[in-house]
Amino acid sequence: MKPAPFVRHVPRSLDEALKILAEVAGDDGRILAGGQSLVPIMAFRLAKPAHLVDINEVEGLDKIADDGQTLTIGARVRHAAFHKPVTANPLGALLAYVARHIAHYPIRMRGTFCGSLAHADPSSEWCLTAATLDAVMIAKSVKGIREIKAASFFDGIMSTHLKEDELLAEVRLPLLPADAKFGFYEFSRRAGDFAMSASLVTYRLDGGKMTDARVGLGGAEASPRRIAEAEAQLNGKAPGDAAFRAAGEAASAAIEPLEDHQTDAAYRRDLVKVVVRRALEHSLK
Amino acid sequence: MAEPKNKFIGRSVPRLEDRPLLTGRGRFAADVNFPGQWAMRVVRSPVAHGRLRGIDAAAALAMDGVHAVWTFADVAHLPPIPFRLTGLVELEPYRQHVLASEYVRYVGEPVAVVFAADAYIAEDAAEAVELDIEPLKPVMKATDEPGPFDESKRTEPSVIVKSYGDVEAAFRQADSIVTLELAVGRHSGVPLETRGAIGFYNEALGRLEMHGAAKVPHWNRDTIGRMLGRTRDDFQLFEGHVGGGFGIRGEIYPEDVIVCAAALHFKKPIKWIEDRREHLIAANHSRQQTHRIRAAIDRKGRILAIDDEFFHDNGAYMRTHAATVPDLAAAMLPGPYRVPAYRATGHIRLTNKTPCGTYRAPGRYESTFVRERLIDAIAANVGVNKVEIRKRNLLPQSAMPYALNLDTLGTHIVYDSGDYALLLDKALERAGWAKLQKEIAKRRANGEKVGAGVAMFVEKSGLGPFDDVRLEIKADGGIELVTGAASVGQGIETAMAQICAETLGVDYATINVVHGQTDRIGRGLGAFASRVTVMTGEATRRASERLRSKALTLAAELMQADPEQLDIVDGEIVREGGAGPSMKLSDLAKAKPGELIAEDSFESKHMVYPYGVHVAAVRVDAETGAVAIEKYVMAYDVGRAVNPTLVEGQIAGGLAQGIGGALYEEFLYDEGGEPLSVTFADYLMPTAREVPPSSILITEDAPSPLNPLGLKGAGEGGTNPVGAAIASAIDDALQRPGAIVSLPVTPQRLRAICAKT
Ligand SMILES: Cc1cc2nc3c(=O)[nH]c(=O)nc-3n(C[C@H](O)[C@H](O)[C@H](O)COP(=O)(O)OP(=O)(O)OC[C@H]3O[C@@H](n4cnc5c(N)ncnc54)[C@H](O)[C@@H]3O)c2cc1C
Repeated sequence: MKPAPFVRHVPRSLDEALKILAEVAGDDGRILAGGQSLVPIMAFRLAKPAHLVDINEVEGLDKIADDGQTLTIGARVRHAAFHKPVTANPLGALLAYVARHIAHYPIRMRGTFCGSLAHADPSSEWCLTAATLDAVMIAKSVKGIREIKAASFFDGIMSTHLKEDELLAEVRLPLLPADAKFGFYEFSRRAGDFAMSASLVTYRLDGGKMTDARVGLGGAEASPRRIAEAEAQLNGKAPGDAAFRAAGEAASAAIEPLEDHQTDAAYRRDLVKVVVRRALEHSLK
Repeated sequence: MAEPKNKFIGRSVPRLEDRPLLTGRGRFAADVNFPGQWAMRVVRSPVAHGRLRGIDAAAALAMDGVHAVWTFADVAHLPPIPFRLTGLVELEPYRQHVLASEYVRYVGEPVAVVFAADAYIAEDAAEAVELDIEPLKPVMKATDEPGPFDESKRTEPSVIVKSYGDVEAAFRQADSIVTLELAVGRHSGVPLETRGAIGFYNEALGRLEMHGAAKVPHWNRDTIGRMLGRTRDDFQLFEGHVGGGFGIRGEIYPEDVIVCAAALHFKKPIKWIEDRREHLIAANHSRQQTHRIRAAIDRKGRILAIDDEFFHDNGAYMRTHAATVPDLAAAMLPGPYRVPAYRATGHIRLTNKTPCGTYRAPGRYESTFVRERLIDAIAANVGVNKVEIRKRNLLPQSAMPYALNLDTLGTHIVYDSGDYALLLDKALERAGWAKLQKEIAKRRANGEKVGAGVAMFVEKSGLGPFDDVRLEIKADGGIELVTGAASVGQGIETAMAQICAETLGVDYATINVVHGQTDRIGRGLGAFASRVTVMTGEATRRASERLRSKALTLAAELMQADPEQLDIVDGEIVREGGAGPSMKLSDLAKAKPGELIAEDSFESKHMVYPYGVHVAAVRVDAETGAVAIEKYVMAYDVGRAVNPTLVEGQIAGGLAQGIGGALYEEFLYDEGGEPLSVTFADYLMPTAREVPPSSILITEDAPSPLNPLGLKGAGEGGTNPVGAAIASAIDDALQRPGAIVSLPVTPQRLRAICAKT
């Protein structure tokens, strides 16, 4: 579990970082952010990048900004930055609640929001958040800037549409309406483990009926996504057991479940029903 | 002789071990370094079963910093690793060589080793060693028909049978027969310090040294010595701090032998530190058994006979423990109950998985699960509750000492003392059983799936046949206690110091306990089988008595007193009644240099048998299959607790491991023999969040009659019945007796059980 040899680059500016990245990208050069996923993978020699572009010293990437429309999260912002709400908008409380479910405290002190998205673990809470809220990813390279919508960012298990020479410089999350409600639930074997399935939901109430419902599902399929079939079960209905159950059933029926040696497809499909319903129930608490 | 005024036995004094560990001065295997050392990396088989056709190390040898690569040809002169315990002759052809020769038999089997300038280069080079292996079909289940081990042998090296009484007659006369098939999953002790071994040849002294020893340094010194042709005088083992043992750490493994052989051959220090992935596929696994058990019972649910056939999955080879685990499973299965006739037939089976050895409560975690499931099934059969059925079958105190008519570890099993029914009552009271039952009934009526379980067990401890202790009061007043026992973190320094201090009449903190150093004492048996407090403890008491009378005799001359009228209090020799001048032990040591030395031994042919009761209450989330442990009570009678806090620590830690085996930990393989649990992300150890608060009741109702202090060991009672207790509680929560038939109870498995209704 000693990594293969590599060269570590420590750029101080974004331009410098992008330049080095462009040079080493072809030689399996990789960005090192919090290292909480990449370093273990290197220790197991599942990845043997010849170059690491360490962005931990790059100026300007550590910003969290709320401009009244969106929350912008820079590439160096750690999970722990969200332990307390970063904005008075309901999004702040949502992120704080979700953040607590990511790994363990020491890992949250190092791991980054953008690193989680770039790493694209199917169970990642931040990937689920980005998918549910339709985040926009800002990818930068020496060639310029690209904006990528969450719905077209993920490309299966631990894979994204980022190019080799692109740095995910920031992620933009739209603020929630002031009256938005949210709910989150995940199921894992132990506290801090990657979820076997997780769901994030938001909606508003209009005359006692749910509207603008978003039902995001993570850990159940190769990439997290919104489940339209479940959302359809909520819009126009009163929040409560009947609608929540129907949404769970719809999500469960709509997915192509992942399988691994601890979790077969049938169990995961079954679990999704419960996880979506419990996320919705959480929205009432 | 006057009773010492300073009481240490029975007090929860702070651990002497903690200071270096808490101040960052712990020195573990990886902290040992010698100038000019080479790093060793093991090239392991990626194939579960195959014929090894060739190894090409040319590319590795060509790399900068690579010194050598060894394959079987370089170690062909070494015999396979011998057995330490329960070494049945028929098992010998199945022992493991330090490197694979013709066949590879599990993923992780050492096939070559690389020696290089550092661990990074060694790992780069190990990756470059090319193996040519022709894959063969693996045997993955011990319950399948045995397959070929090689051209002439099959994968069932032996079948052990243990029995007494007329089993067939009892089944003919039974009012009813209860039959179950039960399985325990493959898991093991996973100490946080992985294994490590550093071989060093001291050319000036002509002495070979191995650092990183643990558990059984003397046996390993003698055995590796025999393998390498070294004697007790020119080969020594050294134990540093040890980050957990649990049965698996400290046995002789291929890597230990190779670092020693290579240090001798190259005359270079050779350092090997295992990484976590290696640990999970290379160090001993344990526990995997399937039992088919039946009980003949009468109308009241009293046991007339038990007949058990089981399949023990030992992985690819027979390692140092040989038949120990299945032997203990068979011998200890009857537990605290009266079983008039008994037969256990244990198939020792090899599979293409990591070889197995003992793990805390070896054979008993398994057989307690099986027996207690059986008792619960008997309760369901006759329609009484799980407490009543146990009371009907428990051995009464009047039956003690109770000869079970079975042997294990070279000893006859004779339960030395115990009041099992009393402890059951005490445990239920501690758990608030009656109130708990009411609460459960109420919550159940509200739709919650909650339930409680009980499991009882008899443990064994204090395995002989001997232990020696040497004591010396040094001229500076310090007291040195040298023993051949070993420390795996359990607190032996503190416990031995307490026994010595109280017997001698000094402060326990003045005693320096030296263990695990083969050059300091001629023989010793190390730390396993919950033996140290009993065996080394009694040897310590005896040596302390001797030292005390020696000191008093010598002091009597100088103080012109009758030794009978002298006492030692807090390191000071005083006259009875406190009148007249006194003398410090250190002054006596100065006056009589080299004379205040005493040695003694304790020999014992019988083990001593602590016993316990666990009570668990759980809540099942039927929709996900998750289990939450809401309450956990452990009552354990250890005869006499030298240090109650240390005993509690043993029990609490043991519980965490028991929970691991019950709900989380499992080494899984795919059909091709590829291990699937090779990181801490796949092999799930319970963490502080999964281990519930527990309540521990230590009792001293049944001191052992086999040693004067009444000691019994306490190392394994926290682990032994956990799978059984949790299974019983889950059954109750589901209101389905017999629902749980295998461990671990994972959410997916439990969800499937819940969905079946
Ligand atoms: C024990 C453990 C438990 C964990 N549990 C969870 C969990 O429950 N939920 C969860 O979501 N995560 C979990 N994680 C992962 C953790 O959250 C990681 O921090 C996260 O996945 C990656 O972020 P990082 O900053 O550490 O990225 P790194 O490890 O540094 O990088 C990960 C990958 O992303 C790339 N990358 C990183 N930043 C960028 C960027 N700005 N632009 C382009 N590419 C980039 C890297 O090149 C690399 O390929 C766990 C980790 C551990 C060790």
